Amino acid sequence: MPYRFWVALLAPALALAQAAPPSTETRLANLETAVKSAQSAGDNAWMLVSAALVLMMTGPGLALFYGGLVRRKNVLSTMMHSFALMAVVSVVWAIAGYSLAFGEGNAFIGDLRYLFLNGVGGAPNADYAATIPQQTFMIYQLMFAIITPALISGAYAERMKFSAMLLFTVLWLLIVYLPLAHMIWGKGGLLNAFSGGKIPCFDFAGGTVVHISSGVSALVCALYLGKRRGYMTEPMKPHSLVISVIGACLLWVGWFGFNAGSALAASALATSAFVATHFATAAAALAWMAAEWMKNGKASMLGGISGAVAGLVAITPASGFVTPFPAMLIGLAAGVLCFLMVTAVKSKFGYDDTLDAFGVHGAGGTLGALLTGIFATNAVNDGLKDSAGKVMPLGMIDGNSGQILNQAIGVAISWALAIVGTLIILKICDVVFGVRASAEQELEGLDVSMHGEEGYNLES
Amino acid sequence: MKKIEAIIQPHKLEDVKEALKAIGIDGMTITEVRGHGRQKGHKEVYRGMEYQVDLLPKVKVEMVVPDGRANEVIHTLVTSARTGKIGDGKVFVYEVAEAIRIRNDDRGEGAL
Repeated sequence: MPYRFWVALLAPALALAQAAPPSTETRLANLETAVKSAQSAGDNAWMLVSAALVLMMTGPGLALFYGGLVRRKNVLSTMMHSFALMAVVSVVWAIAGYSLAFGEGNAFIGDLRYLFLNGVGGAPNADYAATIPQQTFMIYQLMFAIITPALISGAYAERMKFSAMLLFTVLWLLIVYLPLAHMIWGKGGLLNAFSGGKIPCFDFAGGTVVHISSGVSALVCALYLGKRRGYMTEPMKPHSLVISVIGACLLWVGWFGFNAGSALAASALATSAFVATHFATAAAALAWMAAEWMKNGKASMLGGISGAVAGLVAITPASGFVTPFPAMLIGLAAGVLCFLMVTAVKSKFGYDDTLDAFGVHGAGGTLGALLTGIFATNAVNDGLKDSAGKVMPLGMIDGNSGQILNQAIGVAISWALAIVGTLIILKICDVVFGVRASAEQELEGLDVSMHGEEGYNLES
Repeated sequence: MKKIEAIIQPHKLEDVKEALKAIGIDGMTITEVRGHGRQKGHKEVYRGMEYQVDLLPKVKVEMVVPDGRANEVIHTLVTSARTGKIGDGKVFVYEVAEAIRIRNDDRGEGAL
């Protein structure tokens, strides 16, 4: 063998032998960096999966759930409500939505520091989530902004013009959703318990921001638009409960990203929220089925999935604050309350909330937000600390009975903003486009009249 | 030639087909239809909204047979479609003026 070959082969080994061993400080620093990056990798992986799960709740989850509940002639237009928002809200969010919700701003609305996602990159934003890229936080929160206005579509399905619906959604995001999201979750928000809010309100994953806002706005839409032609005189049975069941089950699964993901880390808190979410949902599905079994003599598939969604809604604000059995109680109460809302209250008052967006999301969200004030405990969530760093009591079971009042104020502000904001927006849309489809369009079905296509071309 | 039109319970279709096949009748047209006679429908409840469903799913079987075989076919059909309960359906028999096989223009009973 030539001499140069042996030198080349041995050089790295010789160099290693000559280098001094790294100091303890260097090795500790390297270790810290490695631990941090490992945690960041774990958290980021979970948060990206959660973001995808929450998007799956809208499409296909909600699109299938709502699509199956309408008549055959409106299946596509109803699915389009969910799907179009996946596109529309994303664009609004990138331009200004994220900034108005999560820019520091004032107590009511964010500022424009993140306009066009300026400065939203790989570095974490420690105000919200210190271990994941801010871009992950941004895209995760976007998925909430998509599903929230999509939930409202349950109230105006089968009779709203597509053009008006698009304008409605953009304005609704700007006027109702973004201010509310900022007040509850944004830095310095009026109701943000974890960021020095004046009225500390607990809303882990969106009982107020998502469900009260959408559910109450849905009621306003139902009242403003009026009843569908033939409501209570013509049959309006769900055209395919089969696809509704698929959609509802996708919602149940996706909701783990919604609630457990709201821990913003792959932490024990995420697990706790996951567990609470699951048990509340199971209890609510059982409660609804039991209630209708007693009333009608039969437990129905539609009742089962409606109950599950009611439970998912009600546990949303509480999910990161409660232990499994209080979670079940919340689910149980939600199943019974929402059942009464859609069977007794709706028919008593006669409003046509087509797919019960108010009865399930408005009522369930309100119930969940209030019960969070009772069952929230620092045994689950130790995030709230006083100036000395001592963990504070959360709900009534921690001895902080005043929290119920804080929750009630948060609920009242959400209701008020949803009612006033939605009314103004509907007026604007009515002037610009007219909100309601014409009688002919409604009779023909919105699939053909709005979109020029049909959901089922079985002869082709 | 006679046209035999039977409206039967959907779940009896297989029995009827088998019975007709056993006596050598294998040409028929079937349609899924909805209707009711004296049979009452049932109640369905969707989130508290009650519907009385009285147009129930039925199957309509149509066939044209030579005059000489009509009684035998009707008897077979009726006995194989019967459950003895309300809702079993009806059979209607019509005179047929002409039958034409499109493939080769055969006419009359030869076209069946």
